[in-house]
Amino acid sequence: MIMRLAISFVSAALVLAALAAQPAIAADTPNPVADAKAFQKFFTNKFPQLKPEDFANGPYSMNEDLHRQWEEKEQFPPYEFALETGKQMFATPFKNGKTYGDCFPNQGIGIRQDYPYFDEREGKVITLELALNRCREANGELPFSYVKDEMASLTAYMAFTSRGKPFDIKIPDDPRALEAYQKGKEYFYTRRGQLNFSCATCHVQEPGERIRAEILAPALGILNAMPIYRSEWSGMGTISRRFTTCNSQIRGVPLSPQDEEYRDLEYYLSYVSNGLPISGPGARP
Amino acid sequence: MKHSVRNLIAAGLIAGATPACAASEADFKTAYAAAEAAEKEAGALRNQWTTTEAALTAAKKAAEAGQFDQAVASSKEAEALAKASIFQATSEKQRWKDLEIR
Repeated sequence: MIMRLAISFVSAALVLAALAAQPAIAADTPNPVADAKAFQKFFTNKFPQLKPEDFANGPYSMNEDLHRQWEEKEQFPPYEFALETGKQMFATPFKNGKTYGDCFPNQGIGIRQDYPYFDEREGKVITLELALNRCREANGELPFSYVKDEMASLTAYMAFTSRGKPFDIKIPDDPRALEAYQKGKEYFYTRRGQLNFSCATCHVQEPGERIRAEILAPALGILNAMPIYRSEWSGMGTISRRFTTCNSQIRGVPLSPQDEEYRDLEYYLSYVSNGLPISGPGARP
Repeated sequence: MKHSVRNLIAAGLIAGATPACAASEADFKTAYAAAEAAEKEAGALRNQWTTTEAALTAAKKAAEAGQFDQAVASSKEAEALAKASIFQATSEKQRWKDLEIR
């Protein structure tokens, strides 16, 4: 009897010791799946009247009047010129006879939802804008500015061919990919600039509210409509343009377009919008 | 007695109207170097502010025009702004988590 008790006691102690020896999952360990779930739940709880896909319409889904404006705008969308230009540019061969399509899977058609991706060979996040310029350089062409019309036109066309396809950003089983995701998340929530704003200050805490004359877009689905025609800019804007302009608006010196921080931020923001349809190119007030 | 009071008031007015000690080019150079060093540190933290850059530009412009009082004042403003941006970047290394959706 005593022997049996002693054996039970030792066994229980061994089980406990084995459990204690397992590495504890720290609260700070990145968990992208849980993050995305919590992120989407936060917004769907905040705006219960919206369907998940509505979030891809940014401020136009937040306000009835604006939604009507959007419906009317879509009759003659202001991004149409960029779309046409982009289509033409995409089909025009480089001097060496190759085309953009030759640089991408499926000839570049219907692939926007897979960008950005983590390149395990290089150990970094590759955005569509970066991939397009690399394609140009690999074919002996000069890279385009990341914030100007040519890049916006090209990405507009590529987004258009992916319309309706859900964001499908993957985080491979590579600690560097997880680190890039985590850095993007950190950037998103970090306050900066003299106004002491983070991306989340506007797009998590205040979506649907006005900042001066603008209605703030929710962070969920915020990149699905990129690139966008902004009435405020009287022109098209790429993701790079959006990020750098946000930084200067809060009185922070923007980083260079496609710097690591911005690519990681795009990776994070796209990942947490997984499942929401690509709606680009879009239009915004 | 009446004279001495009047003289004292006059002296006081003169002293008030004249800067205690006008800034020199050397003062500007010292103040500007301190501001520039702080802004460089903010740059290393990837967190410079546009207002710091504007104050540095204003300081340089004032110095070029020989207005060293203004140049020193703008340099000091730039240094204070740069130090605030350093504080922000440092404290945000932990504080960003307070905003995170969980």
